[in-house]
Amino acid sequence: MQAMTVPSTSAEAPKAPQVARKTRSARAQRRAVALFIAPFAVLFLAFYAIPIVYAVVQSLLTVEREGTFGAPRQVFGGLVQYEQVFQDNAFWASVGRVLLFGAVQVPIMLGLALLFALLLDSPLLKGKKFFRLAFFAPYAVPGVIAAIMWGFLYSPSLSPFSAVTSNVEFLSAELVLWAIANIVTWVYVGYNMLIIYASLLAIPTEIYEAARLDGANNVQIAWRIKIPLVVPAIILTAVFSIIGTLQLLAEPQTLRSFSSAINSTFTPNLAVYTTASVPNYNLAAAFSVVLALATFILSFVFLKSTQRKVTQ
Amino acid sequence: MSRSAAMLVMGVFTLYFLTPIWWLLTTSTKTGGEITSTVPLWFTANSFGTFFDNLARLFTYGDGLFGRWLINSAIYAGVGALIGTIVAAMCGYALAKYEFKGREAIFNIVLSGVLVPATALALPLFLIFSQANLTNTMWAVFLPSLVSPFGVYLARIYAAASVPGELLEAARLDGSGEIRTFFTVSTRLMAPALVTIFLFQFVAIWNNFFLPLIMLRDQALFPVTLGLYAWNSQISQIPELRILVIVGALVSIVPLIIAFLALQRFWSSGLGAGGVK
Repeated sequence: MQAMTVPSTSAEAPKAPQVARKTRSARAQRRAVALFIAPFAVLFLAFYAIPIVYAVVQSLLTVEREGTFGAPRQVFGGLVQYEQVFQDNAFWASVGRVLLFGAVQVPIMLGLALLFALLLDSPLLKGKKFFRLAFFAPYAVPGVIAAIMWGFLYSPSLSPFSAVTSNVEFLSAELVLWAIANIVTWVYVGYNMLIIYASLLAIPTEIYEAARLDGANNVQIAWRIKIPLVVPAIILTAVFSIIGTLQLLAEPQTLRSFSSAINSTFTPNLAVYTTASVPNYNLAAAFSVVLALATFILSFVFLKSTQRKVTQ
Repeated sequence: MSRSAAMLVMGVFTLYFLTPIWWLLTTSTKTGGEITSTVPLWFTANSFGTFFDNLARLFTYGDGLFGRWLINSAIYAGVGALIGTIVAAMCGYALAKYEFKGREAIFNIVLSGVLVPATALALPLFLIFSQANLTNTMWAVFLPSLVSPFGVYLARIYAAASVPGELLEAARLDGSGEIRTFFTVSTRLMAPALVTIFLFQFVAIWNNFFLPLIMLRDQALFPVTLGLYAWNSQISQIPELRILVIVGALVSIVPLIIAFLALQRFWSSGLGAGGVK
């Protein structure tokens, strides 16, 4: 663990009890910091840092056989796997698909979440507690379960809305992506709404009183004061949504039993899973690395670019 | 916007959010055949009896596999989130309340950990665990779930705002050790954040799909989500599983809804910590 910058007096002998106590305290604090951080540091190293390094290493290896039936052995292959990743049209089609998904679904979801949060924070609503719980309830439904449920709701034969589902094929190749978008929106709107709502509640009410005295109405207060002040919360929800979009797996994988339009490379993560089950671990590792990097860069760029806008 | 327009918007969306869950409830009280032959979204004359029949079949099918899945999920998510919360809280607290070299570096590493998606880690974790011959064990799903960079982030922000430095100084003068002060005084002040971290970690583990999917072969080790997924993908061969999947889905979301309702008071106030600042 790192040394502390708390002034250390251990070099010279303590002259007064006051100093002795300070030295003891500084040493105790240093030990405490080490104890507080060590468990997380160990777990983070073992299950975050090392796996990432391991994936990078695996992605640089390739399997070589001596003859057709020889024993396989791993040798350094350089960027061979990455060449394959970049030539894999199915993978890039899946990346394009989730980017399109995110470009449509994330703004709709966050727009709704913001609208609901503003309404909850306004004097217009009665029964706020009920709406808060009702909108948040889907968050308690795991992605797999939500996909199973909506899978039934979409199916023409089982749906209680057969008048709609027998005319609109939600599970067809054209619509299934948006059927998934609906499931993801359904699950996460309430969660995002609560994060934005919590930060609305943290705004001191004197600001509103001052604005009212200046003659601002509710819409103006929402637009000019509330929304700018909850931008950090919106950014947070947006980053989590971006990460979630690129990682889509449970919903499409589950819906495969309802829709033949979802193939084994429908989303990037499905492609990773399919490649790993072949099994081609080295290639799957390369997919994972590219995907993690893309997610990281996208979230980071979004975070940085919006932060600049906010401070300007 | 007028009052009635606002109520109308919220009313329409209440239907959108609750109808699927309502459908799950009403359908759980029907026999396989009744799903298509009776009024959708409503109960039948003998709904009560059918519901308990369905429940009994759910818990007896495949030698009580479903009950096992529930217990497994409770262990993965309950114990995992509890330990994960303590570990994250200790780290976040140290980053907030002590000055030491490398503090910002550690915090930045943790922050970038927030941006690394958990699913991207699933495959390398599988490769590492298979080297150690630990795939297809509970450890393979349990251990990686203990890490919550977002929990550390939340704990740091909350500790910085809610644990006054003077209080720690006073505790020191009283002769209380750092560790004892943390567990007796600071955790109490951080309670809303701790409940929030616990709940969201609990949900994250309960919902985790890729890690168990890739790690586990033995059905007896499955969490409930993976189990229901497996049943759902067998429906075309075993049609009787359909009603079990529906009842099972209902049963599996009840614990989460109860947890959220019971702890609502605490996490609502802790939730703001992540967004504000």
